Amino acid sequence: MGFKHKDIIALQDLTQEEIQLLLDTAENMREINAREIKKVPTLRGKTIINLFYEASTRTRTSFEIAAKRLSADTINISTSTSSSTKGETLLDTALNLLAMKPDIVVMRHAVSGAHYFLAKRLPCSIINAGDGAHEHPSQGLLDMLTMRQKYGRLEGLKVAIVGDITHSRVARSNIHGLTRMGANVFLAGPPTMMPPGIERLGNVTVCNNMRDAVEGADVVMMLRIQLERQGKTLLPTLNEYSLYYGLNQNVLKLAKKDAMVMHPGPINRGVELSSLVADGPQSHILKQVENGVAVRMAMLYHVSGGELPTD
Amino acid sequence: MKTESTVILDGIGVIRALTRIAHEILEKNKGVKDLVLVGIRTGGVYLAHELALRLEEIEGEKVPVGAVDITLYRDDIKGHSEHLPVGKTEILFSLEGKKVVLVDDVLYTGRTIRAAMDALMDHGRPDCIQLAVLVDRGHRELPIRADFVGRNVPTSARENIIVNFDAGNKPTDVVLQK
Repeated sequence: MGFKHKDIIALQDLTQEEIQLLLDTAENMREINAREIKKVPTLRGKTIINLFYEASTRTRTSFEIAAKRLSADTINISTSTSSSTKGETLLDTALNLLAMKPDIVVMRHAVSGAHYFLAKRLPCSIINAGDGAHEHPSQGLLDMLTMRQKYGRLEGLKVAIVGDITHSRVARSNIHGLTRMGANVFLAGPPTMMPPGIERLGNVTVCNNMRDAVEGADVVMMLRIQLERQGKTLLPTLNEYSLYYGLNQNVLKLAKKDAMVMHPGPINRGVELSSLVADGPQSHILKQVENGVAVRMAMLYHVSGGELPTD
Repeated sequence: MKTESTVILDGIGVIRALTRIAHEILEKNKGVKDLVLVGIRTGGVYLAHELALRLEEIEGEKVPVGAVDITLYRDDIKGHSEHLPVGKTEILFSLEGKKVVLVDDVLYTGRTIRAAMDALMDHGRPDCIQLAVLVDRGHRELPIRADFVGRNVPTSARENIIVNFDAGNKPTDVVLQK
């Protein structure tokens, strides 16, 4: 069983076996990151373009390190330096980049589905580093890898995801990935931030309050309140949000003893996560970041082995 | 197409070959000081553990055993329509200043050994690398030779050599398939 996709755009598109393969590869790639010489020659001669239409430090850096550890050449293009500020369309930008013969384009874009649009038109591989409120597959995979390292499995785990579900691509990738792997997902968040019908995505339960979601959970995943975006109109005040949907030590006690606390970062300390919990023994936040590099190496490795489309 | 199988080494034959190789390793290296074994996944790792058992029996000292996966170092990676699964490299000791005996089941083109040597060098600078294989079937495509060989078997490119292992990862026999 192999990985036959040219692109990785959404975990929704992957089978259980394919997710398993990516996680297994990532697990075995971790050893490289612990070596003195953190580099293998696998993708020598491949060119990878990181095309970021939205700000990102963590994800872009992580993809860049992943590519470099596999010996690929990387080029970073971000909005401030791209021609989109001069009015160029996405497809024109992409076609111009294509003239430089990249093998993989890693893209973040504010519009959901922008990656599908490009993947159909470009012969190179497209990896989604986040598209609008749709998916963020590398984050979903690294979250699942972090959970699997602690529990040895994903099947049957109770995972609580708390926060702004509507605008969270992290939540959506985790929901698709986790339910496909047999975990039980419980969602909680303000009604203004809970998309109607989300429970139809599969093994997903929407809870009326945070306590129901966290109770007995193996994993509590807190989402970031995106202060720069929707926060203001959907919330009365941050204090009120923190009171009802913030994770502190008292709420965490409802979860299983030694449950994992996760957060995709960057954290708004004192809003969705109290500092005591964020820095506490149950926090796996830095482990998530560490796993991010191995997961992205696995993604780059497997798409570069994918078959080119025949049509 | 029907395949014809001939047993080249039976269970006893494999055991004798490994025991002889263990003695030759000791003779060449004058004991087990600074000696480590690294097996190539997957057959080589099983054989490296077998050799380590024998070295300990003879010298009364444990020899560290590591495992190297060469998937990420292959030179034919473009030839596959999809990438092979990556196995785990586990070398939990420093190679710095060590005499490394690389262990594989079958030596053929030498490309696997080239990849394994590159992988080892990325883990540090060993004093030297020696190569032990259970079967050398010829057809080298690179200037590589083994220091310790269980059995030389002249083959044609159409034939295949398979080292079989039981459920406990102990070698059972070596078979030539036509």
